[in-house]
Amino acid sequence: MTTLLLSGGRVIDPSRDHDAPADLLVIDGRIEAVEAGLSAPDGVAVVDVSGLVVAPGLVDLHTHLREPGHEGKETVATGTRAAVAGGFTAICAMPNTDPVTDNQATVGFIVKQAAEAAAARVYPIGAVSLGQRGEQLAEFGELVGAGAVAVSDDGHPVVSGHLMRTALEYAQTFGIPVADHCEEPTLAAGGVMHEGIVSTRLGLKGIPAAAEEIMVARNILLAELTGGHVHLCHMSTRGSVELIRRAKERGVPVTAEACPHHFTLTHEACAAYDTSAKMNPPLREPEDVAAIREALKDGTIDVIATDHAPHHYDAKEREFDDAPFGIIGLETALGLGVTELVRGGVLTLPELIARMSTVPARIFHLPGGTLAPGAPADVVVLDPGATWTVDPSMFFSKSRNTPFAGRELRGRVIRTLVGGRTVFQARAT
Amino acid sequence: MSQLTLGKDLLGLEYLSPDHIKLILDTAEPFKEVSERAIKKVPTLRGKTIVNLFFEASTRTRISFEFAEKRLSADTVNVASSASAVEKGETLVDTARNLEAMRIDMVVIRHPSSGAAKFLADRINSSVVNAGDGKHEHPTQALLDLLTIRDTLGRIEGVKVCICGDILHSRVARSNIWGLLKLGAEVAVCGPQTLMPLGIEQLGVRVFRRIEEAIQWADVLNVLRLQLERMSAGFIPSLREYSRVFGVSVERLERAPRDLVILHPGPMNRGVEIDSGVADGPHSVILQQVTNGIAVRMAVLYLLAGGRADLAEAAKGGQEGAE
Repeated sequence: MTTLLLSGGRVIDPSRDHDAPADLLVIDGRIEAVEAGLSAPDGVAVVDVSGLVVAPGLVDLHTHLREPGHEGKETVATGTRAAVAGGFTAICAMPNTDPVTDNQATVGFIVKQAAEAAAARVYPIGAVSLGQRGEQLAEFGELVGAGAVAVSDDGHPVVSGHLMRTALEYAQTFGIPVADHCEEPTLAAGGVMHEGIVSTRLGLKGIPAAAEEIMVARNILLAELTGGHVHLCHMSTRGSVELIRRAKERGVPVTAEACPHHFTLTHEACAAYDTSAKMNPPLREPEDVAAIREALKDGTIDVIATDHAPHHYDAKEREFDDAPFGIIGLETALGLGVTELVRGGVLTLPELIARMSTVPARIFHLPGGTLAPGAPADVVVLDPGATWTVDPSMFFSKSRNTPFAGRELRGRVIRTLVGGRTVFQARAT
Repeated sequence: MSQLTLGKDLLGLEYLSPDHIKLILDTAEPFKEVSERAIKKVPTLRGKTIVNLFFEASTRTRISFEFAEKRLSADTVNVASSASAVEKGETLVDTARNLEAMRIDMVVIRHPSSGAAKFLADRINSSVVNAGDGKHEHPTQALLDLLTIRDTLGRIEGVKVCICGDILHSRVARSNIWGLLKLGAEVAVCGPQTLMPLGIEQLGVRVFRRIEEAIQWADVLNVLRLQLERMSAGFIPSLREYSRVFGVSVERLERAPRDLVILHPGPMNRGVEIDSGVADGPHSVILQQVTNGIAVRMAVLYLLAGGRADLAEAAKGGQEGAE
């Protein structure tokens, strides 16, 4: 059923600066009208969403779906079910799969898996370099032809300045951004958490903030040199924020994302060697968290992305040094945004939705992020006031690696529509 | 005397109160005498089973623990794994579960990863003694250092102790800092800035860039071993230069305003971080440290097994066999 009327909600559509009570009519999977006092045509189901918020579906620019190659951790099917449960209607799949998504066949495979099994729209991101080895440019034209929307060697930085320069130049032919995991590898080598007083106390090898900032600075300079669009993944330090702020003032084509864990937690979360708090970039200091929040408010950081990184529980049940980096995030991102940013007084709810939906769609040139009539009906219905407790055993993701287990959050997804079809509905409470 | 108990595990001195640290040092006193007997054995831990689980090469610490266990009549098993943390076949969690299934009483663990002792302690009911976890803590080493300082100077409170060398990679340094500060000592660290962890002064220690300044200030120098691989990893240009700039030499000590007590956790690199003339000199207490190590470890094992500090003397009981 892709025709229905969402009746009586507060419709927030940052793409049109709309925030008012209205009904939303979906006909054949597309948005037909957004107006107050709409009545359902004959035979059209009416869903009462009074007291709830109706918004464009969330768009995640940074998801690790693990398929192909690591289906024990996540698949296109499970990852997209987690996505829609978290209010996301579109996600971008990072290319550090096995084989690496560095060719049109692998992009095509992901597109095919998504067509068959996905609950949400999946936009593959191709690799910058063959095998993500940082040596030879991948065939961006073929990647884009098969469905890729951006390129990135995420999981690894693009170490070579020359390769990054050529990627930023070559990508302009196809109008795609080059997304970089900013990490200077010789400074970060062997590091397992943020370098600071906590790593000193724990005797763990630290990753200095400068390891990120050096690459942020380099990428900004190369974007300025080439005019190519660089997208900076998962920014975590106050120094990075300052570099981006100054670059944007000069008009450099740079965009940036931040993850919910980086605006919520500090390195103290690692203090008991909790491997669920081990991620890269690592959790930083309170001043960094404050800077990330400020940057989300003033737009220095454009979007919130999850860096959803599933791992099998065995892999995290290890010594801190040996556990892999990464946490899952699709099912907690909106709740953390509402709890930490909206209730924390950093963003309004429309601003949060803009940073999680409208802006990510715009900077990666994706459909979605809007409730404009004619657009596909990718919609999330949420209850911003509802309280819920994070219970990883209830996750749709195949993995459970989150530092937020047991945390009480505000902001619950009630229903998610993709192309007008209800792909997620919250259990009645 | 107090009825303090240590709890289940000894993971680090960061997690102990000053009273708990004093309790261990005081409990070590009556155990010193056992090692001076002709027959060095008391029945205190008879029937207790202890596994010495060493994932990292160690001679001194393992032997010291083993003597402590045997002199307390515990049944001990040594498990040594030379495999690296990443390459080893069985995971630590599986090792833990297997040990638990064998119903042992205590595990003494040495592991190259920081936090490994806590990881094990969180997963088994047996007591866990940290015999060195990565760069985190080596609590029994610091306890024996504290006992040796107390033996030598009669007190710890107010004593100025400088820990010299590779602080960045040293679990001995971290445990010493916590233990010394908790017992009221003044603590400093000295070494090349490349081997100094970020923010170390926030723990409450002074930082000396030059060994000459540390020697002017300190009552006690605890000279750490310089791992020879630090040179290949680029932290110092050469051992020769390290020795010339940071080595504790007789000439440097002669300029000190007072006689300095010299500790070293061993094994020493003679001629690198410490001159033979210092190591073998009149103010070196390096061998007393080794002797005290056994008494301190006996005290720790006794207390973790539920022994009461005030009964330690009596708990030594009758000697096994005739003297």
